[in-house]
Amino acid sequence: MSDTALIRLSGITKIYGRGQAAFQALKGIDLAIDAGDFVAIMGPSGSGKSTVMNILGCLDTPTSGAYEFEGVHVEQLTRNQRALLRRNYLGFVFQGFNLLSRTTALENVELPLIYRGAAAAARHAAARAALAQVGLEGWEHHTPAELSGGQQQRVAIARAIVTQPTVLLADEPTGNLDTHTSQEIMSLIGSLNRDHGITVLMVTHEPDMAEYAKRIIHFIDGSVDSDRRHEDAA
Amino acid sequence: MLWNTLLLALRAIRRNLMRSFLTILGIVIGVAAVITMVTLGNGATRSVSDQISSMGSNLLIVIPGQRFGPGSEGAPKFKNADVEAIRNQISAIERVAPVVSKTATAVYQANNWSTVVTGSNDDYFQAGNWELADGRTFSESEERAGKAVCVIGETVRDKLFGRQNPVGGEIRIKQFACEVIGLLKPKGQSAMGSDQDDTVVMPLRTVQRRLSGSQDVNRLTVSVKAQTSIDAVKKQLTLLMRERRKIGENEDNDFQVMDTRQIAETLTSTTRILTMLLGAVAAVSLLVGGIGIMNIMLVSVTERTREIGIRLAIGALEREVLLQFLIEAVVLSSLGGLIGIALATGASIGLAGMMGVTYLFDPTINLLSFLFSAAIGVVFGYFPARRAAGLNPIDALRHE
Ligand SMILES: Nc1ncnc2c1ncn2[C@@H]1O[C@H](COP(=O)(O)OP(=O)(O)OP(=O)(O)O)[C@@H](O)[C@H]1O
Ligand SMILES: [Mg+2]
Repeated sequence: MSDTALIRLSGITKIYGRGQAAFQALKGIDLAIDAGDFVAIMGPSGSGKSTVMNILGCLDTPTSGAYEFEGVHVEQLTRNQRALLRRNYLGFVFQGFNLLSRTTALENVELPLIYRGAAAAARHAAARAALAQVGLEGWEHHTPAELSGGQQQRVAIARAIVTQPTVLLADEPTGNLDTHTSQEIMSLIGSLNRDHGITVLMVTHEPDMAEYAKRIIHFIDGSVDSDRRHEDAA
Repeated sequence: MLWNTLLLALRAIRRNLMRSFLTILGIVIGVAAVITMVTLGNGATRSVSDQISSMGSNLLIVIPGQRFGPGSEGAPKFKNADVEAIRNQISAIERVAPVVSKTATAVYQANNWSTVVTGSNDDYFQAGNWELADGRTFSESEERAGKAVCVIGETVRDKLFGRQNPVGGEIRIKQFACEVIGLLKPKGQSAMGSDQDDTVVMPLRTVQRRLSGSQDVNRLTVSVKAQTSIDAVKKQLTLLMRERRKIGENEDNDFQVMDTRQIAETLTSTTRILTMLLGAVAAVSLLVGGIGIMNIMLVSVTERTREIGIRLAIGALEREVLLQFLIEAVVLSSLGGLIGIALATGASIGLAGMMGVTYLFDPTINLLSFLFSAAIGVVFGYFPARRAAGLNPIDALRHE
């Protein structure tokens, strides 16, 4: 682990529930991720992958431990500061899409830009470009209900990358896609990492998809089981 | 930020048209009801006072009892001699018309019509601003002798004679026949909504002898000569009547002398109470509308907790989410308020025309209703959203 790490987790635990029903989903995670890295997180269902992603994405708070982002202790930030961190540095692709219903793809993708205060023209252009990047030209005015699962997934990805975030956090971004589309999405994410220097953290079940990453971390039972560099990856 | 949030709020309203419509509906109905009721009530009050002051300011009405309206039956009535005494002893008085009224059925050939028969003298027509359309009024000898002659109003003519000229005809009232000697010009509705033209006027004696069967006089209408102080005449009249009715030094009057301004006040206080009552009923409907909004907002916030989670997750600040919900609620409820005001204006003008009352725009009640509806939006839009926006994004996202 280097001192220049973009993200550093030390002794992160997460306990859901209380008393009898308490469940420890994370049992002391130590992790350092450098800027520009492309990390795949793998592991069996229930091993805590989504839990750690939510903590990294500032959507949830750890029960204990320290989370440093560019040297800033995230666990000490206020709600608003964490919201600003999400707004300005992070892009998140959810396991379950989480698009606004009855809202067109274009408006969904525009949303993070509205909160960033972008001007209307720039916003439209960026949103269209992001949709084109995920191969959804011509679908701008469809609402989620009018899109297939894979298309919704791609809208969610477009929404996460439209702001050119420092870190892209993707929880099973290809979980609903066929092999061909999955590979397209992975090469898109790969190029975002390679050409735009976006740090990528991605959860996946599929070894094929993990091949695109530079580093693969295995979770088992709320702990890091293995952590290896993938030398052949681009 | 404000502009962007406004944009988001408008998008959310557009996304949920049905819900927005329902939210607005409650407010529209409430606001429209309150404004219409109060406006019509105010209009009625104004109409009453207008009509009474149009009777002229030189008129005094003397009635037995301590107050106007029901409950005055106990006090002794006036006598025929009172009329003469007033006429002879107070020089500033121009006319004195005694009034006795009875309801009775008037019959002409196959037609009959229940109407009010008033017994009075010739002064009655002048003091009451009646004009003749045809024929004549009573002569002094007819008055003195209590002849069976009458002057009828337009409504009575219409019901009994149709298009025919009634003058010279003979109508039957109870057991006696009565010659129609005059027809009055129509006056229309009175301030209290009754038909003034539904009347038959006979000499006082005729009514006393043949209909009421007593020497009582129910009311005196007195007109005062121009250029004299109405207050001074009122005092003289009160003194004279106290003396004639033998009221002791320390006793209260058992009759009242009222000028038109006082009558107007008495009558308008009634319509004012009515206005308040109607306004209160309508206010309840506004409250119900408010509860409807609260309900819809609460349900929608629960429904939209996930949406709030998404917004927070992609970088919205808590206060931006709150502001969006606030703007949504205020836009909806003020839109409801504005539509309500428009509707109420239309309804008030229409109904006022139909009811024959004056239409008066009341800025206070319009403003109040509008502010109330906006306040409902703020309260019921803001508070439910506050809880959702205070959640961890992930908890809001997991919300079912
Ligand atoms: N909100 C919660 N309340 C209680 N327990 C939870 C909650 N969220 C997750 N868990 C538990 O924590 C554990 C880890 O969950 P997590 O979602 O991180 O798994 P995962 O590795 O992402 O699994 P999958 O591959 O199926 O998505 C699971 O056993 C789950 O039951
Ligand atoms: Mg998961």
